[in-house]
Amino acid sequence: MFGWLERNPFFFAVGVFVVIAFAGLIEIVPDFAQQSRPVAGAKPYSLLELAGRQVYIKDSCNACHSQLIRPFKSETDRYGMYSLNGEYAYDRPFLWGSKRTGPDLHRVGNYRTSDWHANHMWDPTSVVPGSIMPAYKHMFTNVADLETAYAEALTVKKVFNVPYDKDIDGDGKVDVPLGSFDEAKKRALAYALKVAEETKRQDLVDMVKQGKIPEIVALIAYLNRLK
Amino acid sequence: MQNPAIEYDYTVARWFSYLAILFGILGMGIGVWIAFELAFPELNYVAGQYSLFSRLRPIHTNVVAYGFTLSGIWATWYYVGQRVLKVSLAESKFLQGIAKLHFWLYFFTALAAVVSLLARYTTSKEYAQFEWPLDIAVVLIWVLWGISIFGLIGIRREKTLYISMWYYIATFLGVAMLYLFNNMEVPTYLITGMGDPLHSVSMYAGTNDAMVQWWFGHNAVAFVFTVPIIAMIYYYLPKESGQPVYSYKLSLLSFWGLMFVYLWAGGHHLIYSTVPDWMQTMGSIFSVILILPSWGSALNMLLTMKGEWGQLKENPLIKFMVLASTFYMLSTLEGPIQSIKSVNALAHFTDWIPGHVHDGTLGWVGFMIIAAIMHMAPRFYKREIYSKKLLEMQFWLQTTGIVLYFSSMWIAGITQGMMWRAVDQYGNLAYSFIDTVTVLHPYYTLRGIGGLFYFIGLFMWAYNFYKTMTAAKQIEKEPAFASPMAG
Repeated sequence: MFGWLERNPFFFAVGVFVVIAFAGLIEIVPDFAQQSRPVAGAKPYSLLELAGRQVYIKDSCNACHSQLIRPFKSETDRYGMYSLNGEYAYDRPFLWGSKRTGPDLHRVGNYRTSDWHANHMWDPTSVVPGSIMPAYKHMFTNVADLETAYAEALTVKKVFNVPYDKDIDGDGKVDVPLGSFDEAKKRALAYALKVAEETKRQDLVDMVKQGKIPEIVALIAYLNRLK
Repeated sequence: MQNPAIEYDYTVARWFSYLAILFGILGMGIGVWIAFELAFPELNYVAGQYSLFSRLRPIHTNVVAYGFTLSGIWATWYYVGQRVLKVSLAESKFLQGIAKLHFWLYFFTALAAVVSLLARYTTSKEYAQFEWPLDIAVVLIWVLWGISIFGLIGIRREKTLYISMWYYIATFLGVAMLYLFNNMEVPTYLITGMGDPLHSVSMYAGTNDAMVQWWFGHNAVAFVFTVPIIAMIYYYLPKESGQPVYSYKLSLLSFWGLMFVYLWAGGHHLIYSTVPDWMQTMGSIFSVILILPSWGSALNMLLTMKGEWGQLKENPLIKFMVLASTFYMLSTLEGPIQSIKSVNALAHFTDWIPGHVHDGTLGWVGFMIIAAIMHMAPRFYKREIYSKKLLEMQFWLQTTGIVLYFSSMWIAGITQGMMWRAVDQYGNLAYSFIDTVTVLHPYYTLRGIGGLFYFIGLFMWAYNFYKTMTAAKQIEKEPAFASPMAG
């Protein structure tokens, strides 16, 4: 049979394809629907948080930091409750990472503050002596791209039914409002001002007051949300 | 029966060879740089935000995987394809045109990819970072390669497909399937008319996204770093040594075994994650089974040298290829060991993983491509290889580099894993995270030095190739077996 295949390239190629596609079908397809169900209380990211998540992705923070706490005592002691599947239901893409050059961040919002993050990104060794993380000073002057973040939120709302502008937990209130871009931007600015004030850096506060959100502020809003 | 001497058309094979050398130096140069950044963080600021570790790391992996390796694969495809099918590209103006188009589209896409990554455009999925317009370009490149493969098969004179052809076909199909599914994304601008036109959002969320990504991620290793490299060794080692492949049956068994087993193993990247337990177990078990077909090919190659081990002393190209097979065996034993759950619990997220990747890429992939291109050089230019001595020196320097690399990363990874889980007498964690970082400094330095050795070797390679092309002694006709080389 194999001799015959080697003289008939078309059937050879079909044979190879069937053999390699097999595992994917068995492993991936059956679990797809179930795996995307959100855990109770999970909420989509607000506009500012999403903009911060995009900053996290743009500078490839996931190259050195994981967001996946494994169910071992050493990890739950260090980082907190182990990660649950449904917590990631609104993560597009997933950001588990594959290498911990720095610590896990899945629950970093529980144990770091806004001003700690600001100091850390400005000069890592000022808060963690011996750190090999470089400073990310450009985040303090770059302006976060709210429009692209809004485009992403609106896209996932339209295409994947992510529950923006909906009452998710059944208490009669909209949980994560999105609305029009102007409404969403206004809300993001108010949120950003709060975060900027927490960083205790006047330059960041001033920028937000001028209607421009520095990337670092959006990023901190996202990191604070991780808990 | 006897073919009139076919004049093979090496133009595109030559172009891809130049590119492999160029991207090898670029990609591994960045690799050495970021390795030293981990040991000496001040290096991060040399070019402002553009030299930050996190910015360069995806560029390093992409340039090595898709720049160096793919160029090497295609350099050999445009050489081996013609020879084992017994047709010349020059016989079909159409296929010749496709080959050239393939090269140029690839070249400009590669440039655009580097620029876009430097400009912070990334989807963040490892080894699949390109945004959607580049993904489309990649698909086009792949289609062109497909036309080239099946076009050449269509006009072949040799009825039976040689083993290398099986592997080239599998590479084409495997990567096509994996790449398409993993890069499914929705361009946000097309839906909303707002924001950055290049931005997109993944079709899959959370755990699903992770499953698809590692089904891709691991198997990109399979179909870019393994399958086509086996295609090469099945052609170049018998050719260079003048020995027939040891066993046809073993090659059959290992080919179909590899095809069937490899795709299951992706799950081993997700052990102790939130994917279902049965999938983690499957990933683990199949990774261990994967030793069989992998060692099958490697042993088949090593046994091809049976009774001819003397050649190892005489011919540096044989050295490169035999050591490549040996590193392949090492890597495909190490990987399954890391996939065992209890070992994975220790090794995952540590430097042992990059250590594992690099004994594979530097030893197996890098050595095989270097040997293949040096085997082709005398045929390309009808000249001897310029210097055997330089090739020998390169071999030993690079081998030392690889050994330094993986041994330092083994120690670093296991140290890190042990320190993360260490507890004191009261059951409290013994170390803070930063303790586990600062302790690695000597290993990171050693790794950088290992990488530097390998990198210097690449310059010797480039120089030797260049001199072969321009200044080496001319030969009358193509050598049948061992490549002629000057002392």
